[in-house]
Amino acid sequence: MSKPIVATASLAGCFGCHMSLLDIDERILKLIELVEFNKSPIDDIKTFTKQCDIGIIEGGCCNSENIEVLKLFRKNCKILISLGECAIMGGLPAMRNGIPVKECLDEAYLNGPTVGENKEHIMPNDDELPMILDKVYPLHEIVKIDYYLPGCAPRADLIWAAVAALVTGDTLNIPYELVKFD
Amino acid sequence: MREKVISIVQSYGKNSGRLMDILLSVQSEFGCVSEEAVSLIASELGISEVDVNQTKTFYHFFTTNRVGKYAIYMNNSVVSEMMGMAEVVDELEKQTGVKFGQTTPDGLVSLHFTACIGMSDQEPAALINSVVFTQLNRDKVRKLISDMREGKPVESMFSEYGDGVNANPLVKSMVKNNIRKAGPVTLGEYAVGTSLGKALGMDPNAVIDEVKNSGLRGRGGAGFPTGLKWMFCSKEAGEKYVMCNADEGEPGTFKDRVLLTERANMLFEGMTIAGWAIGAKEGVLYLRFEYKYLKAYLESVLADMRTKNLLGNNILGKGFNYDIRIQFGAGAYVCGEESALIESSEGKRGEPRNRPPFPVQKGYNAKPTVINNVETFCSVVKIVEQGSAWYKAMGTEESAGTKLLSISGDCEKPGVYEIAWGMTLNEMLAMVGATDVQAVQVAGPSGSCIPPSQFGRKIAIEDLATGGSMIVIGKKRDLLKDVVMNFMRFFEDESCGSCVTCRSFNMILTKQIEKVVAGTAIRTDIDNMKAWSQIIRKTSRCGLGQTSSNPITTTIENFRELYEARTKDVAYQSDFDMNKAVADSCKVVGRVPNVHHE
Repeated sequence: MSKPIVATASLAGCFGCHMSLLDIDERILKLIELVEFNKSPIDDIKTFTKQCDIGIIEGGCCNSENIEVLKLFRKNCKILISLGECAIMGGLPAMRNGIPVKECLDEAYLNGPTVGENKEHIMPNDDELPMILDKVYPLHEIVKIDYYLPGCAPRADLIWAAVAALVTGDTLNIPYELVKFD
Repeated sequence: MREKVISIVQSYGKNSGRLMDILLSVQSEFGCVSEEAVSLIASELGISEVDVNQTKTFYHFFTTNRVGKYAIYMNNSVVSEMMGMAEVVDELEKQTGVKFGQTTPDGLVSLHFTACIGMSDQEPAALINSVVFTQLNRDKVRKLISDMREGKPVESMFSEYGDGVNANPLVKSMVKNNIRKAGPVTLGEYAVGTSLGKALGMDPNAVIDEVKNSGLRGRGGAGFPTGLKWMFCSKEAGEKYVMCNADEGEPGTFKDRVLLTERANMLFEGMTIAGWAIGAKEGVLYLRFEYKYLKAYLESVLADMRTKNLLGNNILGKGFNYDIRIQFGAGAYVCGEESALIESSEGKRGEPRNRPPFPVQKGYNAKPTVINNVETFCSVVKIVEQGSAWYKAMGTEESAGTKLLSISGDCEKPGVYEIAWGMTLNEMLAMVGATDVQAVQVAGPSGSCIPPSQFGRKIAIEDLATGGSMIVIGKKRDLLKDVVMNFMRFFEDESCGSCVTCRSFNMILTKQIEKVVAGTAIRTDIDNMKAWSQIIRKTSRCGLGQTSSNPITTTIENFRELYEARTKDVAYQSDFDMNKAVADSCKVVGRVPNVHHE
């Protein structure tokens, strides 16, 4: 029987959730016995080469590229998981929600204390660049999400327990400590 | 400014417990409570600026920026909207050239929205510099704004006064009483002082027993037995207080307005009887700021009662000392919750307290306190005068006596009705001349939306309990858009923000009902709304969060077909629109949006 295939991505996130995934330590050896990775920063495969079983996504959507990648994941994965606060709620990047985009861009490129010299008042506008969205969106507002793993970052044990349960078909058993944050 | 602020603070004895009054005086004097004023108040009271600011920012009649010389507070409650608020708003914006939330560049007029101002029987209504204007329309707005440009005083912008005390020289208001049906208790015959004289001749415990035996239950809506409350408080030792909850803020209710206007003596007499019964020396009437137009009159009634020795020292020669003061709120629905009302009276944010301890144990100034609704105190006066048996003979088994209903919405005769408990909704609708009724909103937004199939139900604490708000919703209304969405936006605004679930879920539920109305919601959203409503109900500290999801849950229960007609039966749907989402940023950086379509 072929192994289930996993893909992962970090959108408007800090890669902290992926770091947490690596915190499963030596279980990573067991993980590669259990699953095969496709498009993911973990193996550096840039594009989907086959249909996947599980997509794990960190970060919300702050620009047009995030939206495209997310939709691509939905198309190529049977199950999609929102991993961590930013994917589920927008997280820290969503602090700009409620502030007009113009104010944010002015602060970032014209008025901020760390801007330095920008005499021509240039704002990045090359066609190659992703377009900034009016606000940061959680993933489930863009595509259907099947599971949510909370945390900032979600604990390694939580990610392990969830992925292992999905792959083996065992009942998911999450002790309270794994999702308790205070 | 400095001298004036200092003198205001001094006039309240530099007492931080009177911060509400200080802020109200400053706001009225300067049209705002500026940062400079906050800092002055703080230093004069010897408290931190944060302490002043946290109270200031809680109430919506306190503003940091100066309001217009004429500050127009337009009521955006459900009945106002039903009666044509949109036209009035449109005309106001047209005539002033500014939008709501803004002030004209010359500082003449500012436009604000405010929650229900207790005028649901004469909407659309607005407060202009605390003066009530009712039944507004485009013509009246044009006249008002032109008067403002001429600099006329607000009081001279109308010449016809309402009936009864509304025309009293100290009130001079256009508000109408609209008393449609007077009953034998609160709106019946009343002779000042008779009941108090009788009570003072009785042992305080005997007064409590009389109230207990009458079966009187709290008229604010919760229906707690009044005599029992008084008995609990009377057993506590030391200094005590009587408070009257006149923060009538439940949208659609206005019966306390009528009692405060026509039965002020009776109310104060009831509060004094309560003082005698529990052993208090001071009473506080917590009056919502929206009723400030009654202030001078109410003060004069108190003064008159002092002259007649019905208040003050050695009342009626019985050695009982007791007086009443008026405490104003400043615009916050949640202050109708009794422990929030106490916090507010102490000059703090109106955030409900944890209970226990209950107010009867630890209330105002941490002393045992009885808090009752205006109508409750008025009922006590008649109970003492006529006896508990007379009272108990009216109404139903569990709901004794009569109840004042504030009936508004789609009916011929909106107004105040004193009915015996037990009347059915069908009987009520016939009484007010309502036909083609889609639903009755019983007990305001926090109550229930009742469909025609249940119009045989009784208005009584054991069936359809109500604090008095009854909104008739005609068939021509879009129930979800005109009513439920308005209610949810109201709760989203009015949540004090203390409990996380109340703070978040009122917002989330509002967004969800907006989605339903916009046609972008799906079937599972309906069940989600039901589930989330249970969470906020179970995890909120006070009645606001425990009932704020009722507009949604009761309409899902009774009008589910309206939800199903507006939602799609699909597994998932996104209303995300890439073109819209990137438009702003592309404009700012100067590029043409380049959106791929799959």
